[in-house]
Amino acid sequence: MPLHRFANPGRFMRLADRLLPWTGGLAVLAIGIGLVLGLFVAPPDYQQGESVRIMYVHVPAAWMALFVYTCIAVASAVSLIWRHPLADLAAKASSPVGAAFTFLALVTGSLWGKPMWGTWWVWDARLTSVLVLFFLYLGHMALMTAFEDPARGRKAAAVLALVGFVNVPIIKFSVDWWNTLHQPSSVLRLDGPSIHPDMLWPLLAMAVGFKLYYVLLLLIRIKSELIEARLRALGRAAMTSAPAPAPVAQ
Amino acid sequence: MMKRKHRRLVAVLVGLTALAGATALVLTAFQDNIMLFYSPSDLAEGPPQNARSFRLGGLVEEGSVRQMNGGPTVEFRITDLAESVPVTYTGILPDLFREGQGVVAEGVLNDAGVFEAREVLAKHDETYMPPEVAEALKAAGQWQGDEAEETAQ
Repeated sequence: MPLHRFANPGRFMRLADRLLPWTGGLAVLAIGIGLVLGLFVAPPDYQQGESVRIMYVHVPAAWMALFVYTCIAVASAVSLIWRHPLADLAAKASSPVGAAFTFLALVTGSLWGKPMWGTWWVWDARLTSVLVLFFLYLGHMALMTAFEDPARGRKAAAVLALVGFVNVPIIKFSVDWWNTLHQPSSVLRLDGPSIHPDMLWPLLAMAVGFKLYYVLLLLIRIKSELIEARLRALGRAAMTSAPAPAPVAQ
Repeated sequence: MMKRKHRRLVAVLVGLTALAGATALVLTAFQDNIMLFYSPSDLAEGPPQNARSFRLGGLVEEGSVRQMNGGPTVEFRITDLAESVPVTYTGILPDLFREGQGVVAEGVLNDAGVFEAREVLAKHDETYMPPEVAEALKAAGQWQGDEAEETAQ
């Protein structure tokens, strides 16, 4: 076990312990504000009525689906090129979180689609590409643990993450490149948001809350991976230094 | 050591560029298949080949919606502000179906040039505002056909 693996992770652990309570508190605060504003304070929409409130969960979840995947792709590139030990752990810790956000976006979108569009699902470019993103997350999670040698699994998953990254711009621009049932972007537009400020603020609060929640989960999951690695190393050290234990009767 | 990192960086960049290029070519080749619906103008150039059933999308023409003698059958025209196609549909329309609103209908074009829809979906636009604001905009004459600019592009 090369020593540099623990040099940086040790610093990471101290930093994580300091950041954890702040990230957690701020995430709860932002999501709380976003939910109260979105569900109770924000006005109904002039066409969708109260159903518009699904947007306050759907849109931030969909943003997270893209954001987390982008983080995984960057971490995978860092891991493949610079072999940074924390990058692999960050990618491994991220994919279940990203998969959960993608699933949330798909389900809330479907719940909104039925009353508004008249259908739960349609195979348009936006919906299909997000479904592909969900499968990429699942594939990433599966590949991580598919090999006897964890290092090979991490490498294969990193390659998959980088290859799958082509899907991210496709999702983002699908509504502009092709005609789709899904509406184009309301917030990130060249001519400014086409969404009323009373509805934009709860949306942004939720988006910030979801991002902080992701950071919180990332810190916790990387920490537990590091502790696990240390335990394994300690176990191996104990095994080689101590005489071979006698077989234990079960 | 430096050299190996450098080589890996170049390999990743070249790989990603090649992949992006290949994807762009594939998507361009399948352009027509990725489109969810045809516009009335596409239809005017000639109905889609080897597809009996297809989707037609556009705006519900203002003043074109007629209920057939109180029954569940509705007649309207789908327009993209250049061409328009008559549509008939029997069934329940989605909540957002109204004149001037975007719709996507799936069905067949009959010999009389009428599109017989089996399913009508409402297309929502990207504008979100409270009802009072919409009223105020209409009252002030600032109302823009929110759907019109989108389909006209």
